[in-house]
Amino acid sequence: MSENFNLEIISPDQILLNTAVKQVTIPAYEGLMTILKDHIALITFLRPGFIDVEQENKIEKFYVEEGTVEFFNNKLLILTSTTIKLEKLTKENIVKMIDETKVLLENPEINDKEKYIISHKLETLQQIS
Amino acid sequence: MPSLDDLRKRIVSVKSTQKITKAMKMVAAAKLRKAQENAERGRPYSEKMQNIILNLTDSISDPQNAPKLLIGTGRDQTHLCVVMTSDRGLCGGFNSNICRLAKKYFEKILKEEKNLKIITVGSKGHDQLKREYGKYIIKKLSFKNKKKISFVEANEVGKTILDLFDKNEFDKCILFFNNFKNVMTQIPEAQQIIPTEVKKNSKKNEEIFYEFEPDEDEILEDLLPKNISIQVFKAFLENSASEQGSRMTAMDSATRNAGDLVNKLTINYNRSRQAVITKELIEIISGAESL
Repeated sequence: MSENFNLEIISPDQILLNTAVKQVTIPAYEGLMTILKDHIALITFLRPGFIDVEQENKIEKFYVEEGTVEFFNNKLLILTSTTIKLEKLTKENIVKMIDETKVLLENPEINDKEKYIISHKLETLQQIS
Repeated sequence: MPSLDDLRKRIVSVKSTQKITKAMKMVAAAKLRKAQENAERGRPYSEKMQNIILNLTDSISDPQNAPKLLIGTGRDQTHLCVVMTSDRGLCGGFNSNICRLAKKYFEKILKEEKNLKIITVGSKGHDQLKREYGKYIIKKLSFKNKKKISFVEANEVGKTILDLFDKNEFDKCILFFNNFKNVMTQIPEAQQIIPTEVKKNSKKNEEIFYEFEPDEDEILEDLLPKNISIQVFKAFLENSASEQGSRMTAMDSATRNAGDLVNKLTINYNRSRQAVITKELIEIISGAESL
């Protein structure tokens, strides 16, 4: 019995990934979540963070800002409009994004939920740089 | 009988029209490939999203208190129709097909004495609808100056719709667009997006118990508005592929028609030229005979 299950990462304009994987760690809304084979059926959201995809012999990392996750029948489906492979993020991009996020965070009109998400985004971005 | 000179001018003009339509066909063919790819790549996302929402709907614990976007306002009085057309013409029946379908629907609504509100996306649809249904059009969106429609624009349309819904401006929202089947066939389609239309899958009988994090209501509240934008985006993609396909076919037949016309005119031209020569010969011969 293989320990693998199927992972699909889909954005509105393309299928980013569709392969068999061993384990996936996603930044779910209420905390990190690692999914292995035969996980219970699940629907959840993503907050900004990293998706760690572990295949047989390599690990891939994606940066993600939001998304929806469904796990069912050993198929993991991640729908997101803002995913990018970590290696493809350049230093300048990150610095720019950090600055933008900081400005957003200082806006007094945002509510707690938005604040929670934005601060996670900032934290994640700072981790990369 | 047109003179020889007229005929020659006519042939030249038809030939240059043919050149233009041929060039447009080439451009449309090139663009079509890209648009078609985009549309096909965009399909899984919207389909899977619909699926998730379907599953969520099935397992909702308290259907009475479900978000309004899902179950509707409970009334069926005001219909908002979003008619999505292209910004450019010369694409065969593309825009007229959408408008025809939309008009049919409008008539039905008005007959039932319900309120009608229209949002047009794309300037061609607005041009076609404004004369008859101008007073119902509440908003006109156009992305003429954008080279490529991205998710951002779709989001803008989605936001407009949601804002109106929050203000209780309508009870039902229907999207009109062309579904791209292949280059020759584009099917105009009306899709209801608010309240979310739940198409029951007959083959899916098994009950799935999902774990939700956070709970169902919160997920639905976040997912439904997103779904609106996604459906709009899907419509955009399908539309742009259809537009190019439709233009390609239209321009192809225009080129062929121009070719036929040139052939016919050339035959006409040669005949009249021959007639003129014959006439001159007769004149010369009969002149020589009379001497």
